[in-house]
Amino acid sequence: MRRALRWLMAVCVVVATSTAAYAADLRPLVQALGSGGYSGTEKALAQLSEAGDPAAVPVIEALQAGDLYVRKSDGTVVVARKSGDAFTLTDPLTRAALGDAPAAAVEKIRINNSLRRAISASLGALTLMSPDAGVRRSAADAVFKSRDASALETLSAAIAKEQDKGVRAAMEQARAAILLTGEAASKMTDADIQAATDTLTARGDRDALVLLNMVAGSGASDVTKKLAAAAVSTLEQKLAFWAALQNLWYGLSLGSVLLLAAIGLAVTFGVMGVINMAHGEMVMIGAYTTFLVQEFFRAHAPGLFDLSILVALPAAFLVSGGVGIIIERSVIRWLYGRPLETLLATWGLSLALQQAVRSIFGPTNREVGAPSWMSGAFELGGLTITYGRLWIVIFAFAVFAALLVALKRTWFGLSIRAVTQNRPMANAMGIRTARVDALTFGLGSGIAGLAGVALSQIDNVSPNLGQGYILDSFMVVVFGGVGNLWGTLVGALTLGSMNKFLEPYAGAVLGKILVLIFIILFIQRRPRGLFALKGRAVEA
Amino acid sequence: MRTKQLTASFGISALAGLAMGAMASFAMPAQAADDTIKVGILHSLSGTMAISETTLKDVMLMLIDEQNKKGGLLGKKLEPVVVDPASNWPLFAEKARELISKDKVSAVFGCWTSVSRKSVLPVFEELNNILFYPVQYEGEESSRNVFYTGAAPNQQAIPAVDYLMSKEKVQRWVLAGTDYVYPRTTNKILEAYLKSKGVKPEDIMINYTPFGHSDWQSIVADIKKFGSAGKKTAVVSTINGDANVPFYKELGNQGVKAQDIPVVAFSVGEEELAGIDTKPLLGHLAAWNYFQSVETPANTDFIKSWKAYTKNDKRVTNDPMEAHYIGFNMWVKAVEAAGTTEPDKVIDAMVGVAVPNLTGGYSAMLPNHHITKPVLIGEVQENGQFDVVSKTSGLVPGDEWSDYLPDSKDLIADWRKPMSCGNFNVKTGKCGGKGS
Repeated sequence: MRRALRWLMAVCVVVATSTAAYAADLRPLVQALGSGGYSGTEKALAQLSEAGDPAAVPVIEALQAGDLYVRKSDGTVVVARKSGDAFTLTDPLTRAALGDAPAAAVEKIRINNSLRRAISASLGALTLMSPDAGVRRSAADAVFKSRDASALETLSAAIAKEQDKGVRAAMEQARAAILLTGEAASKMTDADIQAATDTLTARGDRDALVLLNMVAGSGASDVTKKLAAAAVSTLEQKLAFWAALQNLWYGLSLGSVLLLAAIGLAVTFGVMGVINMAHGEMVMIGAYTTFLVQEFFRAHAPGLFDLSILVALPAAFLVSGGVGIIIERSVIRWLYGRPLETLLATWGLSLALQQAVRSIFGPTNREVGAPSWMSGAFELGGLTITYGRLWIVIFAFAVFAALLVALKRTWFGLSIRAVTQNRPMANAMGIRTARVDALTFGLGSGIAGLAGVALSQIDNVSPNLGQGYILDSFMVVVFGGVGNLWGTLVGALTLGSMNKFLEPYAGAVLGKILVLIFIILFIQRRPRGLFALKGRAVEA
Repeated sequence: MRTKQLTASFGISALAGLAMGAMASFAMPAQAADDTIKVGILHSLSGTMAISETTLKDVMLMLIDEQNKKGGLLGKKLEPVVVDPASNWPLFAEKARELISKDKVSAVFGCWTSVSRKSVLPVFEELNNILFYPVQYEGEESSRNVFYTGAAPNQQAIPAVDYLMSKEKVQRWVLAGTDYVYPRTTNKILEAYLKSKGVKPEDIMINYTPFGHSDWQSIVADIKKFGSAGKKTAVVSTINGDANVPFYKELGNQGVKAQDIPVVAFSVGEEELAGIDTKPLLGHLAAWNYFQSVETPANTDFIKSWKAYTKNDKRVTNDPMEAHYIGFNMWVKAVEAAGTTEPDKVIDAMVGVAVPNLTGGYSAMLPNHHITKPVLIGEVQENGQFDVVSKTSGLVPGDEWSDYLPDSKDLIADWRKPMSCGNFNVKTGKCGGKGS
């Protein structure tokens, strides 16, 4: 984007100095952008891009960005940028300053989807010769999408000149797209058609498939249709393979979300045996902590916003953990060994926490932004992997590993295991069991808080956030085997991928039901879950 | 497990709701019934639906407050009675009964989900009171005691599909919805409508997801796949409530742009967009009868007083709020015309009442207890508002019994005497068709 702007500026300087005549020619067309509503703007835009003058590029860019306005007093089309309450006006072609105007004195030239398409098409056609490879690349992609036959000549010239391999490939694909779908197709030789379909097959993505499908179903010649249909089936096979891999990734991603949500519960329920229905609310508190941290960053250090998530992690751990310790000290410690009462008390607590958050933050969703390193997606072969999901997968495994180390390798972990396995003996050995109980519950809740930070990136931050995960969490822990962290890991990943593999065939609703039935049957066979604890600890 | 959770949650939230409802009722000053006119407000203030319904409670309080400043109604002050049905459908019926029998309200403004409306419907019919229902819904219903101020399918869904068909030349359709009565009925109507327009069955994909669905990865991938058949594809979304945010986030993440596959939503308004970064959603559509961005003097005033009333400059307005605005003003006018708040007389005075709406026209109450509204199509902007790209030239009258469903195409509703029937079959000439 920035590169594009820099290039544009360069063009503008050139234009302003050498081609005042151009500006005069474009003037009536630019002026026409401001009249006749959407269709008027679209017509003027088409003429503007037909003129083929790069001087029009900044004007079209301004239109795309929504910076093009009509001055009400004389109907002139101007570029207006907000500065304070007023707008600063400049001439769209010469970029001469036209002074300030209040908001009421200008009217925006509005654009809709069809205009947005036309804009990217004409920008594509006009920037094919840009000195910047990145701009040329996106220009080629835009032409590929628009298949604008009028760009064919420029495109061929650009291909002849192009040095960059990647950009040339993109341009050739764009040319193939135009040739196959346009009127030129009837005049092409079979070899040319073959070459064009091959180019598209080599592109190998869904956009190419869309095009080939279009050609196969169109009124093109029989040869073209046949070649396109053959290419479609090759491409579909390839895409089906990638789709299966993609599904595996979705399963892994959903599994890691489940793992994150369940792993805190694996501590409080699995290790301590407390049926904690307020677990979901710990997750929710973590998400709200993220929101507060981000608000702080927005207000005081907007430049460091990308780091807000990293700050939110320890904050959420401490806040949720603290709330957990308070809950343990005030409610749960009186109820050890009475699962039914614990269940009811923690359920009540979860409702109270939800309503408290609702009263403080309001019932509506809060916006938690994604840092730039967690937004967008990248392609890996035929896979589309979103950064947000990738980080969540990595984070889930990191938390799992850290918890495993904490329980197995530290003094605190040793005390936890001692207390849960044999409380009187641990007491006799000088471990302060009450304190260990509180800290263990705090640890479980804190991890739930960490999950909240991650979930705030993919789900609603609302008071109901936790409710959606509490059931799944219990399902994972029970399925994996109560009291076994590895069981939680395997359980989460199994349920996640099972869900994702059922979804395309059975639909989301039936898929969930089938998973549930599977778990019920499984628990019938193995009441203690996948990885059952053995020995004396089971009875304790 | 789901059922178990639901039952448990009903039980407990019923308790919580009762407690809170009781508190709310106690909080109101216990005045003698004679010097005030009581207006019931039946919106969830806790539970899953609180996210949408709390705003409607606030807007009702504001409207009542404004009416009182203008001198009240029939020389009396209006007194709001707020109860909290806690997103619990059976509790809606209980609370409605309490409002009518115990608090003796003259009319009730409330409900959001269709299932809550269905739950209170028998109560209103039995005790003969008035309900104003402000949300777009699936139609296929008309009751003498209910006034439907939200959109019927022909005032939202069908114009939206028409827009996509004519302006975006869409040929392939994904009907995606949450799995409950509103999306299922709406999609049934749309499917019949699309087929009547010559769309082939293989060009329609229908997908349902559970409430609060949060993992949209494979469904969005499916939509992309469905959209790669070489024909222009659009998604018609009846996805409800909380599930929308992760859905739109996933669309943004997977790069589904409005220029390629536009999504038109019937349950996403300004309020829902408040929780998302709308930059990747630029150009996706919503169909409503009102948008906050509509520039009319009435709307500017409304937004101003709403922001002043809530003391929050960032609060947005939305379509169901306008529906309450229209419904409340209609009720006020009908009460003034009838000279009494007695439900029977007010119901008879309601039909034909016309009040200004916020989009620069007048909405009138029809004999079928639905209203006339303009239909607007808006595109999502970067600031979380909608830019209106299409507006019906006139007002569209609400059609309660869809013409596109075989069961209901012969039915009409007309609550004027002497017909006074909610499901009159024009073929057989008898009152009592489906739904009787």
